[in-house]
Amino acid sequence: MIELSNIEKHYGSYHALRDVTCHIKEGEFFSLLGPSGSGKTTLLRTIAGFEGIDSGSVVIGGQSMAGVPPNKRPTNMVFQSYAIFPHMSVAQNVAYGLRAQRLGKTRTTEMVTEALGKVGLAGYGERAAHALSGGQRQRVALARALILKPKVLLLDEPLSALDRKLREEMQSELRHLQRSLGITFVLVTHDQEEALTMSDRVAVMFEGEIAQLDTPQALYKRPASKRVAEFFGAMNILKAEILGLKGGIVTTRIEGLGVAEIPLGPEADTHGGNKYCAGVRPELMTVLDDGESAYPKENPAIVTDVEYRGELTYYDVKFDGSDTPVVVSMRNTTNREIKEVGQKVRIGWENASAVLLLEQT
Amino acid sequence: MSKRILTTFMIVFTLFLYAPTLLLPIFAFNDSSIIAFPLSGFTFEWFYSLTEADELRGAALNSLIIAAASSVLATCLALLATSATVRYKFPGKGLMIGVIMVPMFLPEIIIGVSLLTVVLLAGLKLSIYTIIMGHTLICTPFAIAILRSSFQQLDPSLEEASLDLGETRFDTFRRITLPLIMPGVTSSLLIAFTISLDEFVIAFFLSGTEPTLPVYIWSQLRFPQRIPSVMALGTLLLLLSIGLLTLSEVLRRRSVRRLGQHDTSGAW
Repeated sequence: MIELSNIEKHYGSYHALRDVTCHIKEGEFFSLLGPSGSGKTTLLRTIAGFEGIDSGSVVIGGQSMAGVPPNKRPTNMVFQSYAIFPHMSVAQNVAYGLRAQRLGKTRTTEMVTEALGKVGLAGYGERAAHALSGGQRQRVALARALILKPKVLLLDEPLSALDRKLREEMQSELRHLQRSLGITFVLVTHDQEEALTMSDRVAVMFEGEIAQLDTPQALYKRPASKRVAEFFGAMNILKAEILGLKGGIVTTRIEGLGVAEIPLGPEADTHGGNKYCAGVRPELMTVLDDGESAYPKENPAIVTDVEYRGELTYYDVKFDGSDTPVVVSMRNTTNREIKEVGQKVRIGWENASAVLLLEQT
Repeated sequence: MSKRILTTFMIVFTLFLYAPTLLLPIFAFNDSSIIAFPLSGFTFEWFYSLTEADELRGAALNSLIIAAASSVLATCLALLATSATVRYKFPGKGLMIGVIMVPMFLPEIIIGVSLLTVVLLAGLKLSIYTIIMGHTLICTPFAIAILRSSFQQLDPSLEEASLDLGETRFDTFRRITLPLIMPGVTSSLLIAFTISLDEFVIAFFLSGTEPTLPVYIWSQLRFPQRIPSVMALGTLLLLLSIGLLTLSEVLRRRSVRRLGQHDTSGAW
């Protein structure tokens, strides 16, 4: 649906987009995730046609967008500020883009009513736009964009201005809307949880570059680099030394854990002198009880802190022969005892608990 | 104690500002051609005398035409200049704004003399058109100052949203930008109108046989017996000015209310 190829963009001396190439499929919920200044909004605005590019190409639905202004593109956008026209009623806002289609009054009213119904604002048509709450403004912005039946809906941090409860509600509502309409959604967000829960695929961006592009599960389970890994949830970062590579399996000595055989990540490359470290998620290790031996690998460690959180207990431990604190999270099942600070424990893990991470990218 | 001092100060200050203006209507209704107390009686005579002065009517008409034309011209030019400078970056932008704003700070006598030189060099005849040119020049910086803040308060994503929804740049200006900066446009028109209406120096230099109202008034002051008529005329101008200012404030408040914006500026 959208083909972005080798896009480069500078603002003066600032390199905003670096060789961005990605393919957004038809009907998918695609997210651009990154911290502020990562170029995610610039990329979205490039797709919408608000930003020119230095080189590269944007193709939407098989048509090159070179020289095509925003008003001629098959995309519609929900702005971060919602950009509701304050001098118009809700219905006038929603009908705004229909003017060019010359549908006649009856047909326009029908379509507006239908669009408002879809976003849960039936009966709000005559309200003044400035009398709406944040959540309602967002719905009007959605209805206004969707009424034009765009091939692609672009959403620029649409949930960031809402409070937590409303945000969670809107997340699932947006997801349902996208599924039922089958339109390609491209969402910009800095919230990793939002990207994980809503998207089919996520492009993680840092400093104008796509660092990794994959499904939410793959991004969480097999992040390619330290930066990406730290962006999604908690990740223990440990020093790693590569001992050998055979058939896509890397033999690594991990600080505190010892030797592990880790499958090579999708975008990892052990050539070219890159630096690597190892990552282990807290929930993929186990603080073993006495006599328990369900894991292929065990390492002695000492508990330095215990944080009880009801459902889970977080342990800070230090492996023998390592000074790096490591977090291990444990589900509090009925027969598991809570360990104490200073207690010597064994930590159980397996090869699949660890991932090899590129230090930079 | 200090409160009483402040109150006294305020009253004296207000009197100092407005008492001279109050003399205008007082003597306009005074039944004597000598401007002095005590007042001798009440009369409408001076107002009647205005209706008989053809020269005065001509001058008033000239002033209205000049004020209307130069306020519209200045506001149009300012609209173009502000939409360019607020929205876009281009080389020489700072210099351009500076050059446009300079007439605001130049002594009018200098503008008047230089424009007169230019007009004579160009071989043009002095007329109300030359005055319109001069007044447009001095009104434009004020119009820009007013419209700049209107444009800056306008969220640029509103214009982008309109483009995104399929409207052209021109229709976006017509349907979104213009309605939203309308309070600024109205203020700009009214203020430029007021500035042009009472401007004397430039009008004096550039008027040929068609004087404006202030130039006419100045010429009448040489004749003591005409002074009460001038007072009556001044009273009418005073009422007109108050009316215009009130109108512009009412319009501004109404649009603020209509758009649900927070009223951040007081009466200007």
